Amino acid sequence: MIRAKLMSLALAAAAALAPAAHAESGWGELNLTQGVTDISRKIYDLHMLIFWVCVVIGIVVFGVMIWSIVTFRKSKGAVPDTTMVHNTKVEVVWTVIPVMILVAMAVPAARTLVEIEDTSKTELSIKVTGFQWGWNYDYLDDGVSYYSHLDRASNAARELDSGIDPHTVEHYLLNVDQPLVVPVDTKVRLLITGADVIHSWWVPAFGVKKDAIPGFVNEAWFKVDTDKPGLYRGQCAELCGRDHGFMPIVVDVRSKADFAAWLKDKATQQKPAAPPAPAPNAS
Amino acid sequence: MAEHLAHDAAHDDHDHKPHGWRRWVYSTNHKDIGTMYLIFACTMFFIGGGAAMLIRLELFKPGLQFFDPQFFNSLTTMHALIMIFGAIMPGWTGLANWMIPMQVGAPDMALPRLNNFSFWILPFAFTLLISSFFVPGGAPAGGWTMYPPLTLQTGASFPMLIFSIHLMGASSILGAINVVVTIMNMRAPGMTLLRMPLFVWTWLITAYLLIAVMPVLAGAVTMMLTDHYFGTTFFTAAGGGDPVMFQHIFWFFGHPEVYILVLPAFGIVSEIIPTFSRKPLFGYEAMVYAVASIAFLSFIVWAHHMFTVGMPLAAQLFFMLSTMLIAVPTGVKVFNWTATMWKGSLSFEPPMLFALAFLFLFTIGGFSGLMLAIVPADYQYQDTYFVVAHFHYVLVPGTIFGMMAGVYYWLPKWTGHMYDLKLATWHFWLSAIFVNVLFFPQHFLGLAGMPRRIPDYAVQFADWNMVSSLGGFGFGLSQLLFPYIIWKCVRGGVRIGNKAWEGAHGLEWELPSPPPFHSWTSPPSEAVIARGAAH
Repeated sequence: MIRAKLMSLALAAAAALAPAAHAESGWGELNLTQGVTDISRKIYDLHMLIFWVCVVIGIVVFGVMIWSIVTFRKSKGAVPDTTMVHNTKVEVVWTVIPVMILVAMAVPAARTLVEIEDTSKTELSIKVTGFQWGWNYDYLDDGVSYYSHLDRASNAARELDSGIDPHTVEHYLLNVDQPLVVPVDTKVRLLITGADVIHSWWVPAFGVKKDAIPGFVNEAWFKVDTDKPGLYRGQCAELCGRDHGFMPIVVDVRSKADFAAWLKDKATQQKPAAPPAPAPNAS
Repeated sequence: MAEHLAHDAAHDDHDHKPHGWRRWVYSTNHKDIGTMYLIFACTMFFIGGGAAMLIRLELFKPGLQFFDPQFFNSLTTMHALIMIFGAIMPGWTGLANWMIPMQVGAPDMALPRLNNFSFWILPFAFTLLISSFFVPGGAPAGGWTMYPPLTLQTGASFPMLIFSIHLMGASSILGAINVVVTIMNMRAPGMTLLRMPLFVWTWLITAYLLIAVMPVLAGAVTMMLTDHYFGTTFFTAAGGGDPVMFQHIFWFFGHPEVYILVLPAFGIVSEIIPTFSRKPLFGYEAMVYAVASIAFLSFIVWAHHMFTVGMPLAAQLFFMLSTMLIAVPTGVKVFNWTATMWKGSLSFEPPMLFALAFLFLFTIGGFSGLMLAIVPADYQYQDTYFVVAHFHYVLVPGTIFGMMAGVYYWLPKWTGHMYDLKLATWHFWLSAIFVNVLFFPQHFLGLAGMPRRIPDYAVQFADWNMVSSLGGFGFGLSQLLFPYIIWKCVRGGVRIGNKAWEGAHGLEWELPSPPPFHSWTSPPSEAVIARGAAH
């Protein structure tokens, strides 16, 4: 019976998806974000497709199980059919049908994956370096480079017994001192690496999660819709030591003109300074 | 002469059972060693569970209330290591020790002294591991997956971690060798391979998996040991190594490992569902082949644990397809279990209740597993609470419920008493309800974007974390019933005959309850074997 409840819970969850997208309160946060890029929407569609496939299979399989449990009870005088031990036809059917469903799932998944892996024709390259515990962003063609850490308000509140209620801190643990700034409608290539241990750069709204591995450079890209400038938040997704939970990512997506102005301003600010400083040890 | 025979008979009655501490420390008896394994596993279950309670306590609400983040990381790491290597694996070996000789018509395990050795390694291994909480730098905190370079930052507990992994691995390999030799050489005449109960089959395949992959884990951690102390750079890019290579080697062990944890549960459920459906298992041979295919596939899917490390497209496609393929034999198993109940005559004693919960909830874990196989979607799920929910669904209501089902199934056989059925039914309902309150909301948390292995979280994750924690406390408290029910049953209860359950088949039910100290001193006759092989 509890299973039936679970199923209805899952269905209710699915029904509650649409309004849940931007709720600040936790109860409505039940599903993946659709995100603000073409790829993130395709990932969301794949996620919903496989979810509904599972729901349908679940209804059939759990239905038969529940039917058996309710109908074939000894207490109701059910007599076992002890000759029913094997049936080749049925066994072939329930092997072949799942194979066909899987093939049907694999095709769109593979198609999206091929698109994700296409890192050609990028318009802006940014090197992202994860370190214990924060991120460094390096605009390779423009000589702009800076660090991004957990913001001060969160950092104060997150101390053990800080006495500060996290609910009073705006974007608690999801805010940084300096966000990554990128333009809309631009294929931005990230070259992701790690300075010390493995980290993982993840912004759900872009459908991008890629490990930052010391000694190796990973590629990822995203292109935000023209009409979707704004602040997008994510977190490090690979356990990286004591403060793994405290190295958020914030991406400030601006119009192309705003971005160009910001980049120019930032470049002139950084000009007189020496080349990018080494990663700070105590942050 | 007659006097001599009579003397021998009298001697047999005494069963050569040693007394006092020697009975346990020097034991070469499969039942005593099995009991020690099970007590050990239960102890570790509560220690690992204690760590889980502390984790849920810290995550009850946002902000850090109790622990430093480093200690929190130690808790998650140690919870996993203790549960996997201390509770589940020794638990299965304990059940194998108790049941395999009885089920194949043998007097004992094939290698009794090895059996003693493989058990007695474990208390030392875990004393070493758990005492690492008290050394400078604290217990290992790099996750049970021990990825370098992070794990290379471990303090004084680093060599303790590596050496305890070596000990656990040695214990598992010796136990597995014993299982293989027993099954291959000690079966009674007439107990052909395709007459073996599925618990024996699944354990045979599990044992081969163990022998194949535990040395791989030992190799991986040894390479890390030499990286740390002897200047090698297997996993350090600066010296020409590759940190991702560790992940490949680890998961080449790690994926078969998850089937090591769950295959014996498949076997137990395949015995319990027919018993309480009063109907032979549907598709016995298909079940054996399905387990064998799952075991084979488990060797070629490892990189689905690491889709975000940046693999070539072709590799990602291969691992996606091979992973999806596992759904086919797993589906066959679920369909066969369901077909076994169809047109049966079902009753719902505690073993059946746990087996049914296994069936439903393991299937939910299978569904989320299928979702995780879709690589683009996995980019969003990877390292979030969605993954935590997935593997806890297959490990807690999957593996742990399967193990509890087995204990409740065979406990009357072991003790000769029926346990308190009402209390065990309470244990079931509390566990089944709380396990869902505990883990189902974690799907939502993961999808909403909460990474795993974090001690504190953004406030939009607060509500479901609180629900999950409440479920966790409820689940943890309910488990205290389990040792109490067992203890009560060992002390006494309604005496039962050879067969504890009306619909039970198999050689173990042909022996008295409790069975003699040496199970089958003479092999059972063909007729008895045929009566036991219900398929």
